[in-house]
Amino acid sequence: MRRALRLFYTGWFFNVKQLTLSGFFILSTAVLPVFYATIAYYMFRTGGRPGSLLYVSLGAGMMGIWSSTLFGSGGLIQWQRWQGTLEYAIGVPTPLILVVLPMTIATASVGLYSVTTTLLWGWLFFDVPFHLAHPVWFAVALPAAVVTLGLMGLVLASTFVLARNANSFSNLLEYPVWLVTGLLVGISLLPGWTRPISWVLAPTWGIRGIREAALGGGPGIAIAVCAGLGAVYLVIGIFTLRYFERLARERATLALR
Amino acid sequence: MTVSLRIFFIGGLTAYRGLINWLSPWIFFPTLVIAPIFQILLFVYIGRNAGVQSDKFYVIGNAVQYASIPCLFAMTQAISGERSQQTLTYILVTPAGRLSLFLGRALPVIANAMFVAAFSLLVSGLILGIDVPVSAWPAIALVIFVATFSCTGLGLICAGIGLRVRETAVLNNIIFGLLLIFTGANVRIAELPGWMQAISYRVPLTHGIEAARRVANGATLGDVSRLLASEAAIGVVYTFLGYQVLRFMERESRKRASLQVA
Repeated sequence: MRRALRLFYTGWFFNVKQLTLSGFFILSTAVLPVFYATIAYYMFRTGGRPGSLLYVSLGAGMMGIWSSTLFGSGGLIQWQRWQGTLEYAIGVPTPLILVVLPMTIATASVGLYSVTTTLLWGWLFFDVPFHLAHPVWFAVALPAAVVTLGLMGLVLASTFVLARNANSFSNLLEYPVWLVTGLLVGISLLPGWTRPISWVLAPTWGIRGIREAALGGGPGIAIAVCAGLGAVYLVIGIFTLRYFERLARERATLALR
Repeated sequence: MTVSLRIFFIGGLTAYRGLINWLSPWIFFPTLVIAPIFQILLFVYIGRNAGVQSDKFYVIGNAVQYASIPCLFAMTQAISGERSQQTLTYILVTPAGRLSLFLGRALPVIANAMFVAAFSLLVSGLILGIDVPVSAWPAIALVIFVATFSCTGLGLICAGIGLRVRETAVLNNIIFGLLLIFTGANVRIAELPGWMQAISYRVPLTHGIEAARRVANGATLGDVSRLLASEAAIGVVYTFLGYQVLRFMERESRKRASLQVA
């Protein structure tokens, strides 16, 4: 258990450092969400809803966490393959899940930069007050959202690997998930058929928990659903990762696809 | 003259086909066909949530603005991609005229960008029930052509920078994000602070988006001729600057023997 925890911490820390040095990741997580937040600030201000600016800041921050998870985890195994480290990751006696999980959680953790930058940006340039209704709940809701998105990243990592153009899948999924999970749009405004889709996506519950902790409400249920979804993603991730590993070994295509 | 025209048309198309890996349907459809429609839907719903502007405002603004993706990324790739393919020295050692060599690659980029803007405008318009009269489409096509030409000029500058800078994807993404704010695709220019407005009127697409909106609302080409002239003038300035940046980078690379090094 201690070895597994040590491995998790080392893998997570190493990957956070590595991603922090990537210009593309810093752009996706710290800069682009600020652009979207800026547009949304102006739109909500013009619409006479300046009170919603913290709602916008938090939503734009979560957009960055999703982008980071999507591009980071979606291309994770492909990158390992390009760097020639996939064989080592699979060849070591440690179960593959314990090697990959810290990496996917790291991609979601790097998304925390976006929450920080959008909140700071809003506070500095748009007078967005950073007053938390339930600070303790907020301290629980934010890591819960990050961990659950990281677990969702595990599912992405182990399924996108079967597609040759994982990056184009990532491009495809960025906007739709921003939209259906209600990061900047009330879910009630969307067509009814999109709701079941939003229920099975972690950002929906992650942002709901964070917003209810920050703006007021009862975030407990959203955080609990978020944690439950995380457990489901973990189970799916374990199965899909095993399937990928077996397939790659059987076909001897580990470094080839 | 014939040689220059061949380099311009055939050379440009060949380089475009060879260097743009986005032409693979696995990348083209998700990135240039489906993503712009979702960008439009996202801003339409944010607009509804915020209670500002009509759906038409966001559909037209974002459809034209999304043309900047091919204009920036494909234009950069069509020139600086030679470096990653290790073919830049062969290209630059030829006596071919640089004007036809570089600008010929812009033509397929413009055609691609026009398709992206027109297709996303048409499809998202159908999804959201936006009423754009059929009679307005030829004028809108002309507006889109001028806007994409103008933005390709900006792409040419990025391509020049791409001859020295490695992280062109980061640069292009930042410019895309800035265009999203400054072109008035989602926020009326009048709502922006004065210094931002000053920038807005000097970047590609701003006048084109405004012209497309007016034409879709019933204006004639004559009514938007000043906007179109401004957009075209901006395009000429950016194309000239882009060409100068390319020539400068070429000269510097020769001087420092850093052609394929950076």
